[in-house]
Amino acid sequence: MIEFQQVNKVYDDGFQALKDINLTIKKGELTAFIGPSGSGKSTTMKLINRLITPSSGKVLINGEDIMTKNPVELRRNIGYVIQNVGLFPHMTIGKNVAVIPHLKKWDPKKIEPRVEELMRMVNLDPEVFRDRYPSELSGGQQQRIGVIRALAADPDIILMDEPFSALDPISREQLQDELIRLQEELNKTIIFVTHDMDEAIKVADTIVLMKDGEIVQTGTPESILRHPANDFVRTFIGQKRLDGDMNDGIGIDPESIRVSTVDEVMVTQPATVTPNRGLAEAIKIMSGRKVDSLFVVDKQRKLLGIVSIYRLLNQYGEENKTVKDIMRPIGYQVSPGTSLPEAVEIMSNARLTNLAVVDDDGRLVGLLTRGSIVQHLNEVYPTIVEQFASNLGEEA
Amino acid sequence: MDFQWTLSDLISYMSRNSGMLWEYFVSHVIMVLSGIGLAIVIGIPLGILASRHEKLGKVILTITNILQVIPSLALLVLLMLAIGLGAKTVIIGLLFYSLNPIVRNTYVGLKQVNPSYIEAGRGIGMSPLQLLVKVRFPLSLTYIMSGLRVAAVIAIGVVTIAPLVGGDGLGREIYAGINGQNPLRIYAGAIPAALLAIVSDIVLGYFQKKLKFDDRKSSKRTGKASKATT
Repeated sequence: MIEFQQVNKVYDDGFQALKDINLTIKKGELTAFIGPSGSGKSTTMKLINRLITPSSGKVLINGEDIMTKNPVELRRNIGYVIQNVGLFPHMTIGKNVAVIPHLKKWDPKKIEPRVEELMRMVNLDPEVFRDRYPSELSGGQQQRIGVIRALAADPDIILMDEPFSALDPISREQLQDELIRLQEELNKTIIFVTHDMDEAIKVADTIVLMKDGEIVQTGTPESILRHPANDFVRTFIGQKRLDGDMNDGIGIDPESIRVSTVDEVMVTQPATVTPNRGLAEAIKIMSGRKVDSLFVVDKQRKLLGIVSIYRLLNQYGEENKTVKDIMRPIGYQVSPGTSLPEAVEIMSNARLTNLAVVDDDGRLVGLLTRGSIVQHLNEVYPTIVEQFASNLGEEA
Repeated sequence: MDFQWTLSDLISYMSRNSGMLWEYFVSHVIMVLSGIGLAIVIGIPLGILASRHEKLGKVILTITNILQVIPSLALLVLLMLAIGLGAKTVIIGLLFYSLNPIVRNTYVGLKQVNPSYIEAGRGIGMSPLQLLVKVRFPLSLTYIMSGLRVAAVIAIGVVTIAPLVGGDGLGREIYAGINGQNPLRIYAGAIPAALLAIVSDIVLGYFQKKLKFDDRKSSKRTGKASKATT
């Protein structure tokens, strides 16, 4: 368990980087510090291994004040992963992983198997990678090594300073998944600094949201999403704000939803087919886009009609038929700028699964689907979704 | 002057006097190595010191700079007045002369190490000394090598004026040639000295490249090894 008690950090130039930090980090949990740059999240983390010394206040690990400990000794017992990987470029991967056990003067016979074990843990074959140098690995591979280097001496606490932020999105995803998997196995106390809310929600047990050197909110990802403490948190967790109709509380005026128009909600690339396509081709397009109906449009994207999978299958035997022979006219459509409630009303009255948005020239500009409406509501205001959900619950 | 004649004559002169020339050559090399050796022993710690203390660093770098600006002949003569004739004057002169490139390059080398490696080293619990030995120093070797390379080439040149202050080396042959108005002897001294400078430049240049660790590669890397998972 790590405890911050009344911690302040003021730099020589008078800049107050941290204000009155009081925080308890639970053992065996992954705690994410999140906030915009300059919020003090990295500074707070670096207090734990004494890379930064507080101006006042105490940091305790398992009840012991860390200022009473030798900083070098302390750091050897706390894993540390930094943003820019920080693998030593002049050492092989094997040596990099072994660097802390070496510093701790482990028996060399113990180090070698440990290095292999760790490399296997992140699916990097020791035979292939041990004797390579960091520059010969991809960014994702390097950061995997960065993570296992921190794990090498089996510390209870691991600090990770924006470990994945420099990676491409795919490697980042993978490493996040691996971190979750490792954490399930190892149950370390991990402090994870990030500025990416999605990442924090994905990996963290507890999120500590910081701004301007202060803790704004602490809680599980779920509770922060459901009960953002203030506007800052709300913006930070990516809820779209509506124009000027918000009183600052959590109670939301459902009327605010009127501001939305179909343009914000619609899917802009609906699945379409040109009238001269054969029926087999149309089915192929459907399966590719995973939809059950296609809008038939001409080269100018003028909407001509719609074909459903049922009609297609009905007529499938007739090889000479094309889409235009079996399409049906569009029953309902709306023009861009229609308000969302109006569109929703049409959909619910006519029991439509989707609704085409067609401009004055008859061109298909987008498609309103149930999925796109749900997604939009979730973005605009999860609380609304929640209210809907609870209303439904009461009705049921 | 018939070049053909001079060349064959030079070769026969050099082979006739190979024993003496070899002796000059060896003493030349020994003086260079001693001077540079001393400069390394003193200069690298000074460079480390300079990189640690900004103010002290300025003083150190200014002093070594001034030492190098003094013309070599004047420096050696001044030293001779202080210490007397002989090889030790030459060696100390070389030390003063080589100090600047070595101190400066050590300083720059240590300063240019990417801060994230230093932070990583500190964060995983390296003591300041371990950080220096295991991280900072290896990552500045290529700079230190380039300082050494400059120092060596300068030193090889400077040593040729050693005879003026009672030293040995290939300079002795050159001055004998000048005094006796014998171009053969000048060539016999100057050509090996020039070759020595060129060869050390190439060899040290090779090491300078070899010791560049910023994106070190394993030598036995094969094509198929790169198919590893991401």
